[in-house]
Amino acid sequence: MYDSLFLYSSFLKAELKSCSCDSSPGVFRVRTVYLPRCRNRQEKRRNARLSLKMYSHGSESLIKQARDIHESELQKFFSRLVKLLQGKELGHETVDSLQRLLLILSATKYTKTLPPELQRRLASLLSSSAEQLQVLSSAVLRETLPLSGQEVNYNQENVVQLNSHAASLLLSQAQSRADLSSLCAQLLRGLEGRQSEGSAHSLTHTLPILNSILTHSPESLTEDHVTLLSKKLVDWLRYASITQGGGASSGGFFTGQRSRQPVPTAELDGTVSGDFFTVLCVGQGFTDDQWMNVYSFSMLRHWLLTNHSVSNGNTTADTDDRSEVDGSVVSMVSATSSSSRLLPPRERLREKAFQYCQRLIEQSDRKAQKRIDTDLQKACLVEAVCILDRVCEEDTSLVFRTFPCIKALFGRLSSDLSFARVLLPIAQFYLHHGETAAVDCESVWNLVFGRFPAELFNDLFLAHELLRFLRLNLESLQARVPQYTRSFPNLLKFLAWDSPSAVDDFVDLLPSLVTTGTAVELLHTLLDLPCLSATLVLQLRSACQPISDTGGRALLSLDAFRSTSYRGLFLFLLRGEAGSGDTIDRLSTLHKLLAEAADWPRVVQCSQTVPVLLHIFFNTVVTVANDKLLAHLILVMLERSSLLLNVPKYIKEIHRVFSCHLLRLCKLHPSLVVDQSHELLEFAGATANVYSKEDIYTHVVWVLGEYLSVSCDSRCSVRLITSCFETLEAVLFEITSSAPTPGAVCPAPRVITTLMSALAKLASRSHDLIPRVSLFFSKLRTVTRGGSVPWCNNEEDLVAIVTRGEELWSLLKAPGVAQSVLTPPTHIASPQWHQDTNVAMPLRLRALTSLTHPQ
Amino acid sequence: MVRCFLIHTVCPVSALGPGDSRVLYSRVFGPDEGVVSEQNREVSPERRRVLQREKVSVVVRQVHSSVSLSREASGRPPGETVPGEEALALQEADSGVVRLRAGDPFHEEMSALWLGVQSLGFTLVCEPHENLLLAEGTLRTLTRHCLEHLHMLGQGSEVLLRSNRVDALLSRLLPHGQLLFLNHRFAQSLEKEVVAYMAK
Repeated sequence: MYDSLFLYSSFLKAELKSCSCDSSPGVFRVRTVYLPRCRNRQEKRRNARLSLKMYSHGSESLIKQARDIHESELQKFFSRLVKLLQGKELGHETVDSLQRLLLILSATKYTKTLPPELQRRLASLLSSSAEQLQVLSSAVLRETLPLSGQEVNYNQENVVQLNSHAASLLLSQAQSRADLSSLCAQLLRGLEGRQSEGSAHSLTHTLPILNSILTHSPESLTEDHVTLLSKKLVDWLRYASITQGGGASSGGFFTGQRSRQPVPTAELDGTVSGDFFTVLCVGQGFTDDQWMNVYSFSMLRHWLLTNHSVSNGNTTADTDDRSEVDGSVVSMVSATSSSSRLLPPRERLREKAFQYCQRLIEQSDRKAQKRIDTDLQKACLVEAVCILDRVCEEDTSLVFRTFPCIKALFGRLSSDLSFARVLLPIAQFYLHHGETAAVDCESVWNLVFGRFPAELFNDLFLAHELLRFLRLNLESLQARVPQYTRSFPNLLKFLAWDSPSAVDDFVDLLPSLVTTGTAVELLHTLLDLPCLSATLVLQLRSACQPISDTGGRALLSLDAFRSTSYRGLFLFLLRGEAGSGDTIDRLSTLHKLLAEAADWPRVVQCSQTVPVLLHIFFNTVVTVANDKLLAHLILVMLERSSLLLNVPKYIKEIHRVFSCHLLRLCKLHPSLVVDQSHELLEFAGATANVYSKEDIYTHVVWVLGEYLSVSCDSRCSVRLITSCFETLEAVLFEITSSAPTPGAVCPAPRVITTLMSALAKLASRSHDLIPRVSLFFSKLRTVTRGGSVPWCNNEEDLVAIVTRGEELWSLLKAPGVAQSVLTPPTHIASPQWHQDTNVAMPLRLRALTSLTHPQ
Repeated sequence: MVRCFLIHTVCPVSALGPGDSRVLYSRVFGPDEGVVSEQNREVSPERRRVLQREKVSVVVRQVHSSVSLSREASGRPPGETVPGEEALALQEADSGVVRLRAGDPFHEEMSALWLGVQSLGFTLVCEPHENLLLAEGTLRTLTRHCLEHLHMLGQGSEVLLRSNRVDALLSRLLPHGQLLFLNHRFAQSLEKEVVAYMAK
């Protein structure tokens, strides 16, 4: 009881004042009269430390208190709140309590139900004159469910009169598309009247709400709605006042009166505007229609993108026009197309959007006086180019009118990489329309695939946008831009720099980069990605640290990066295009130079993404490659398995991927094993590989034993089988006859059993070899009878190895049977045989065992 | 359009598991996705609310991990600033963008822009075709106002106890999730209103 009282009192009653910025964590508890205020010094010190962390214990305990509140206290709180709301004056205490209610409701993900009376009172607060109360009641009601039987009425006539906060509640509590449709219809009805009729204030939030509905449910708008809105947008975009609104604003958006002497709006550089109003025009104050101009332009692109997906209602061809008489000046931009008023509304909007964007592009060349405006100019350029792209998609005849402007813009910006993010939409424009206009796009692609990744690889936002651009346009890029696939060494810089963010995009992009021409180099590049990551770090450091600066800890790798003798190596890693030679001979040198980078977080993060990408690479490459290429890839795997940057866990992971795909490649194309038998045997014959590349070694031995057979490839001769047998036999003998060198670990039991199985398989195909392998198995039994051997220190493992040996030995006693078990014809190994319990392999084995081992 | 604006922790919170975050403010714009999607038509409003909460926490988790990885990679610990140094805190903030794949957690693909100011993250989830340059600017402006008007560099809990200030801020600078092209004059006029609201 005390606890709950405390909770109630501290959480619900505490004055909001007490939790303002000057107070400490846990303030709810500490500042209430029920608890002592004093705190010891230690606590103070802790608080000081916490203050640097921004998220205090106070906030945490507030959330906990809000969650743990008792139902009875909550009810008490509700009735107190109802009483408060009945009062005439709604003061501080009401605001404070509502805020608390909001916290209680939002602290849990489950919905709480309010008493109907309270809910009604809150709903009536939505139209309160105090904005704070509107905001709070809207927020509280958003966290609750509408009362059953009291659904918000989406058809009410006064929807347009709603303030922004009430409207947002209506939007968030819509329960169906029908609700959205009627809300939409109501809002549009509000737009229909002249601006003076409806309160202008409601109009500003009308557009964002319509845009939001359009996003979620474009079907809610009818063709008539589109016509209406298109017309209104034309008015606001193109015919907003060109004189400044009334001076200093005295509160709301729209309270300013027009000054008696109309002052024209200005451009961002301070000169007087000579053309129609846009978002890049400034003045002391703004008129209503100028505000609507801002809102209209802000939603224009989305509108153009989505308005074609509205439902097909009745179309009313209507070219009625009144805007041209609104007293706007004739635009310089549109002077040539004054006949546009005869166009139907949608086309007319397209035309006006075209003019607006052209004007924005022209205005963006002006020197803005404020930084925020310089940023806005860039954002406007992006928007303008995207809108132009869109209108040209809809009406190809505009392409020829637009291209000169886009070309000029590209010419103006292309040398300045600070405009990279504006240049990207321009590239999109070229990609969409370059062919129609027969324009040369070479310089655009040189920028996008050349300088951007090479020089801006560390711009995370550009990376995000560029990779998205590639994803969206993959098909046309592959078909029309040959630079795309060639530029993978450059594009991978984004991945090497910020692997966690970029990996997701590369999962989608990588398959498009794998071709027969690029596969081998791409594989090498992926394997060297951690080196690229380290090199990019060095490149940036080298650029920002003067060479003479030897202070701090010197980096050996940085010296190497700057040294002329290694320049070639690093330049190769940093190359922009594929097909410019390779460094495989000096790769180990590079790895030594970069050894210290192995624990740099960026390099480690990068190395963690490589296995994922390798899987994608191999999955794709089998779909495009021919046998020759696959054979080459097997060689690369064998070769690169010992040529990797020594990042913790990296080598092991890569070996695992290699093993997995070596197996899959050989399974798909068994003749690869005969083709590459020389290299595979060379690898399998090196005893050192047993210890350093256990995973991949095991798989190489397995594929040799499995696929070196006439049934897989007719070229497989007895001589080949024998030479393979001898190679593996030598290794097996070596590792099972002596103790490993001091400090080295024992060979893995899996390697030993795989070698034994491979030998038995080979022997079953060339019966002359059976005595040799049987001799080994008998020796094995003799040696292990003592119980321990120097090459295996785990008893269980040893038992398993010996058992395996005995099984194989027994099997080989009946060579014909051995062959059918160890090299089954493909139709027997096919999956359905395993599913059929009557003929399954285990059953056959058991039957054979009972035959060969009569009890 | 912007789908939601979130304020959340990007530091370890003792009461939560590693990598989990506390959501201090969340505002989802527009109607619920479930209302208009074919598959979720039958879902009850209570359940929809839970789903929406889960979506928010998926976003927050992804952003949290992105912030941590980005800080780890840059090797730069988050700066420490005190109340009054909001501009500096914003300048030192880490930023980034996370791609949210379609279905994870929204029906369509989204881009989550984030700003990491010390132990707090400010996240804007945008439709991917949205003008990200504009969104970045808007996120910075919103963050600056939040830091200033809710004294977030201090140790108070105003973001929880005065969340209506964030609502009021959003209703002007990001009405119903609409990014606005505001030049400095328009921005000033809105900021005046914001200041007037905060003074109440």
